[in-house]
Amino acid sequence: MSNVPVDNSRRRFLTAATTVVGGAGAVAVAVPFIASWNPSARAKSAGAPVEVDITKLELGQLIRVEWRGKPVWVVYRTPKMLEQLGQIGDKLLDPESTEEKQQPSYAKNMTRSSREEILVAVGICTHLGCSPTYISEGYEEIVEGVNSGFFCPCHGSKFDLAGRVFKGVPAGLNLQIPPYYYIDDTTILIGKDKEGAA
Amino acid sequence: MFKTIVDWIDARIPMTRVYNMHMAQYPAPKNMNFWYVFGFLATIVLVNQILTGVWLTMSYVPSAEGAFASVEYIMRDVEYGWVIRYMHSTGASAFFVVVYLHMFRGMMYGSYQKPRELLWLFGMFIYLALMAEAFMGYLLPWGQMSYWGAQVIISLFGAIPFVGDDLALWIRGDYVVSGATLNRFFALHVIALPLVIVILVFLHIVALHEVGSNNPDGVDVKRKKGTVSDEDKTKFEFHEYYTSKKDILDDVVPFFPHMVLKDLMAFGVFIFLFCYVMFFNPDFYGKFIEHPNFETANPLKTPEHVFPVWYFTPFYAILKAVPHKLMGVIAMFGAIILLALLPWIDRGKVRSVRYRCGLHKLNLWVFAISFIALGYFGGTPATSVSDILAPTFTVLYFAFFAALWIYSKNENTKPLPDRITK
Repeated sequence: MSNVPVDNSRRRFLTAATTVVGGAGAVAVAVPFIASWNPSARAKSAGAPVEVDITKLELGQLIRVEWRGKPVWVVYRTPKMLEQLGQIGDKLLDPESTEEKQQPSYAKNMTRSSREEILVAVGICTHLGCSPTYISEGYEEIVEGVNSGFFCPCHGSKFDLAGRVFKGVPAGLNLQIPPYYYIDDTTILIGKDKEGAA
Repeated sequence: MFKTIVDWIDARIPMTRVYNMHMAQYPAPKNMNFWYVFGFLATIVLVNQILTGVWLTMSYVPSAEGAFASVEYIMRDVEYGWVIRYMHSTGASAFFVVVYLHMFRGMMYGSYQKPRELLWLFGMFIYLALMAEAFMGYLLPWGQMSYWGAQVIISLFGAIPFVGDDLALWIRGDYVVSGATLNRFFALHVIALPLVIVILVFLHIVALHEVGSNNPDGVDVKRKKGTVSDEDKTKFEFHEYYTSKKDILDDVVPFFPHMVLKDLMAFGVFIFLFCYVMFFNPDFYGKFIEHPNFETANPLKTPEHVFPVWYFTPFYAILKAVPHKLMGVIAMFGAIILLALLPWIDRGKVRSVRYRCGLHKLNLWVFAISFIALGYFGGTPATSVSDILAPTFTVLYFAFFAALWIYSKNENTKPLPDRITK
């Protein structure tokens, strides 16, 4: 042991410097552990667009297809259903679809679709991710004066046949409309805009 | 011969000292009643879960493709696989039954009050870890309810402003609940969280033995050193770790064998009920294993009704009762955080409900009833009646804490006995 007196400020500096370097090291080591929880390259690449043939789709029918692991609905709406969409605006939270990120620009209209009678929507409730039930007749029990719509069994969120959310339910956003376009009269490509952007 | 072996070990590791300190010479208040068996039972269930869990892992396949089939394989083809699985699934529910009773005991007798705040907090951390453990375990069979329950609970994190969606994506490791989610939940369920729980249980017991056990009267059984006459002092021999710091009144008995025997008696009753459920009613009317879970997970179709398992339903009812996504999530987590803050919300000095004001007795009962009612409404489909009652009980749940904070400041309590009564 030397007899040099303890230099406290030097000791404090060295302690602080070591702590900072050690701390930075710990943060650096944490990066791979935290980042490895992100979607893997395989999960990301599984998002390819899907084709849907709607030749056999009947009036009032709903079909489900899987896109990026999510259910996507394709519904052939009857003229009566379409007529009603225009009459219930006062019951809806966002009847004009003002929330930009919930639909591509070509679906920012009353029917929320590029072709009036065909609804294409991601069938996942914007509340907590359940898949709502399609009720083609007898929706009056759920919302007075509305013939058909979607009802989420988890927490009772309600949507009309354009995927627009009703007022006073837990969900706060209209259903998501995915990017899609018609390759030909009877085939829809879901997951891609006509311009090519995903 | 035996003594030679013990001496040999004791010279190398403090076996006898630890045994005496925490078992044979640990002072336990002699008036502990049946409410004091649930800590012991929780420990037994924890051992059951670990043991059966290890065995289940031997046949379970943690992948989206293989999980459901491997559970069927365990149930049908593995020898006694069904016993081990039902021990595990019944154990999960039994764990929450005993933990809820254990927590209510603490609330009745003020066991969270000074100086047991940290003990209570460790308990709350165990409860949180247990909920995470149970939630992740429930995904593993990869049934419909596993899948959609996980989908809903993970989406709760999506309600957090700005980072919510990215956080939910990070937890799932995919755009929806998928095999990636299943695999990480498996890893957390069988390795990470059990380790955390075991460590927390250890700390819970260390903290308990440091401050000493509370009792139904809520009065101290230890006094300041040198203030107790020899006549009033305990006649039992306790470890000097306790006797050197405080004088111990003649109101305690050694934990072993006195309290352990009482606990074993309770264990006898418990195992009887446990076996009834396990052998004759393992899904317990769709409450312990929900019926949609007998169908394999289908990401395209939500079951008609999605409910979490019964032990989460009180909080789920609170979530549903608030008609706003973020506020609902805040209320739900707030309901748990308030419980953890109980030592600071309760400003009273009298611990046991026996000597507190009538309003406290009423408040506590209303809280217990609200919790059970919320549990009921959280597990049944919404009706016009529940639309009114569930928010009412939600308000009553939170009112418990508000009222407690107000009246406990200047509470009209009964005189405390000098010593524990019986």
